[in-house]
Amino acid sequence: MGRFWLGATGVFMAGLLFTGAVDNEFYFFSGYVILQGLIMATAWNILGGFTGYVNFGSAGFFAVGAYISVALHQALALPLPFLILASGMVCGLMGLATGYLTLRLKGIYFAISTLAMAIVLETVITNWEYVGGASGAYILTPKDSLFFASYVELLFMVMLIIAIAAVAFARYLSTSRTGKGLTAIRDDELAAECMGVPTLRLKLVSATAMGVFMGMAGAPFPFFITFVDPLSAFSLFIAVNAIAMPLIGGTKVWYGPVIGALILGLTQEITTVTISSELNLLIVGVVLIGFITLAPGGIVGLVQDFSRKRLRSKAAPSAGGDR
Amino acid sequence: MTSSIIRMSKGPILENRIVIDDIVAGYGPVQVLRGVSVHVEPGETVVLLGSNGNGKSTLINAIMGIVRPTAGSIILERDGQRIDLIGKAPEEIVGLGIAMVPEGRRLFPALTVEENLMLGAYRKDARAKITENLEFCLEAFPALRERYKQIAGNMSGGEQQMIAFARALMSAPSILLIDEPSVGLAPILVNRMIAKIAELKTHRNLTILMAEQNFNQAIKIADRGYIIVHGEIAFEGRNTEELKNNELIKQYYLGV
Repeated sequence: MGRFWLGATGVFMAGLLFTGAVDNEFYFFSGYVILQGLIMATAWNILGGFTGYVNFGSAGFFAVGAYISVALHQALALPLPFLILASGMVCGLMGLATGYLTLRLKGIYFAISTLAMAIVLETVITNWEYVGGASGAYILTPKDSLFFASYVELLFMVMLIIAIAAVAFARYLSTSRTGKGLTAIRDDELAAECMGVPTLRLKLVSATAMGVFMGMAGAPFPFFITFVDPLSAFSLFIAVNAIAMPLIGGTKVWYGPVIGALILGLTQEITTVTISSELNLLIVGVVLIGFITLAPGGIVGLVQDFSRKRLRSKAAPSAGGDR
Repeated sequence: MTSSIIRMSKGPILENRIVIDDIVAGYGPVQVLRGVSVHVEPGETVVLLGSNGNGKSTLINAIMGIVRPTAGSIILERDGQRIDLIGKAPEEIVGLGIAMVPEGRRLFPALTVEENLMLGAYRKDARAKITENLEFCLEAFPALRERYKQIAGNMSGGEQQMIAFARALMSAPSILLIDEPSVGLAPILVNRMIAKIAELKTHRNLTILMAEQNFNQAIKIADRGYIIVHGEIAFEGRNTEELKNNELIKQYYLGV
């Protein structure tokens, strides 16, 4: 078992201990929100960071995941794990289908098409009466919370498991051959194509993975807030966070979104308590602008630059390059 | 020249030939190639001459499947089999043993030399011979061995051109398309690069189609060549003498 899985197991055990030791539900609400951000950031980064296809509509998959969950809960009263799997599957297929339609576009055109797609999704959901349409749907919190003290503790642990799965997948992907192909697409798609990298197929894999984890992140959401309407599921706050977190952490490595999610998520939770919840979006905006202008590589990029500079100053001053 | 080729490849020797017949291609409403016919015989080095904007790169991109011709045919004859390349995806064409060194190198700048080379061997059949091909590439370009773990984007122009060549060779091609290898290189480096191409060709039993503006350099290694002017073949030189004595060459390249 590698260091990563030891760490993941450690995080999981710490989560379990946390639910056993702490009674104050606030921490689990906060933890849930941060983990939700972490999963979405990781999912966004697979397409936006690894592959270089910046996507403004991916949070739409989150909302669809939430609504698949509502619909299946109403229709069949399936237990939560099935809802999560179903949302993941549906959103994965949607990622594949929309990817097929949009991934031939490049740069800003792709970005705009994804934005349009999110609006279409919102319109569809708003007019879907079965799941409450524009007026929203109430979800009763299930009574049974297994061996946890409250249902939100259960949800917290569920999100922790999805988060570990998402991060493990992103990590696996980035080291795999497919991941190298994705990096090649990000760096120079035409050159990648000339080298025999099956670019469209890899982009579709990337879009599908993004959809799966976005959907999974959304599935428990209705149980978490107990009342879901299009406004909350498609909220700007959630969508912006999913993009801001990887950009702040660093988009080129799997742990970038994790770092970004933890830092931004914690900051937001702290300001919600100490200052005001209205300030959150403002904070995201300011921090994001700061990072885009001053540290486009995110925190990971900053650290790498710093250590590279130190390495260079340590090495004996050479006679200069020959380029 | 062709008689002195040392055959080094271990598998069956492939007799590959590209026959391009009367292709028309362009970008949207702009027609770049207007009925171009070119053929490259096994073991030959054929050079496409012509200044900027005459269609050299478009022709190479059309063979590679990046630009789709609207008329004409591009046939790869491979051990007696005739394969139509038009409509095939670039990755399939790479799989058929055709590799390209793109104009301006087009490396993956954020990746290391190693990762760039490994991406050259993305195709399944190339992966099977990856250690062998890698050893060959690093022997051909010893400078890359020293800089194996470095980020490609930080390296000098000459080194980047070496990576571009090595990356193309990683797919173990039998036909190599080279698009303007001299672009952005110092004259002495162009000299070395041209000599290197000749050396690689001999060792790898390659068939080469090369687009180049630098006539004096290209002609050192070419068996024969074409001059493209405004998307049409203006002259076909059956040997280097014919090219040297051609009026167009005198006009465009030698300033006579």
